[in-house]
Amino acid sequence: MSQWHSLSDFLAMDGHGLYIWGAYGVTFVCMLAEPWLAARRRRRAWLAAQQDLES
Amino acid sequence: MSRIRWTTFAAPSRFEALAAAVTPWLWAVCLLASAVGLYLGFIEAPKDFQQGQSYRIIFIHVPAAWMSMVLYLAMATWAAIGWAWRVRLASMLARAIAPTGAMFTFVALWTGAFWGKPTWGAWWVWDARLTSELILLFLYLGYMALVEAIDDPQRGDQAGALLAVVGAINVPIIYFSVRWWNTLHQGASVGVASAPKMASIMLTAMLVMTLAFWAYAFAVVFTRTRAIAAERERGARWLAELAQDTKEA
Repeated sequence: MSQWHSLSDFLAMDGHGLYIWGAYGVTFVCMLAEPWLAARRRRRAWLAAQQDLES
Repeated sequence: MSRIRWTTFAAPSRFEALAAAVTPWLWAVCLLASAVGLYLGFIEAPKDFQQGQSYRIIFIHVPAAWMSMVLYLAMATWAAIGWAWRVRLASMLARAIAPTGAMFTFVALWTGAFWGKPTWGAWWVWDARLTSELILLFLYLGYMALVEAIDDPQRGDQAGALLAVVGAINVPIIYFSVRWWNTLHQGASVGVASAPKMASIMLTAMLVMTLAFWAYAFAVVFTRTRAIAAERERGARWLAELAQDTKEA
């Protein structure tokens, strides 16, 4: 942990914070949204299969 | 118990069981590798002597760019297999890979822009590497639009396979672009034929993040393949039985 003196020092990234966190932030959002959408699609297909059984 | 052959998991019903079993483990690997990779990349690895802190974008940029190319080749291969041998699951896999490949292509372009600005002074330049990667994004989006636009799934698969296979020529162009043309984009830091031109802690962090992205890709593609199989095989006995089981459970 020696290279970072504080949290604000870590977030500032020597003035490159905007670029680094802008890159990581969007990547993180994409990699949360995509699995969520895929899981939702699977759940919906599954529910449709169950409804077929009832009808 | 029936014998397991290489074709065993080609049946969507068998694939469903396999994918359902391994997906939680893939997520575990993804989370663990992400935590280790980010720890190494942000806490252990020092700043770069030339680029300062901004180089830390490499830990997601390069793995995303690698995945964008590997997934395209995987998509084209499965699409071709599905087309040539009428393997249902192969075409479903091809369709399932496309959005994940497109997402990684977008991430590679996005993180590249955020690295290019502090390093080159420009978010975007029309150099061969960046342009061919942008074409890759359009190939993914074109494939997705094409297969969805055709109502008959088999015909959609065939049209998509043709586009995917022809478009595969772009992947070696992306890979070798930094050698074939005088690009602003830097040359490869890691290659199969040469020693890596990176400090080992940085390289380790990048490779661990690559493992995380691989696990992510398998997990999401498996989930989406299961969704596509359930949509397409609607009315099939295996699906009805499985749906019945989950209802009772």
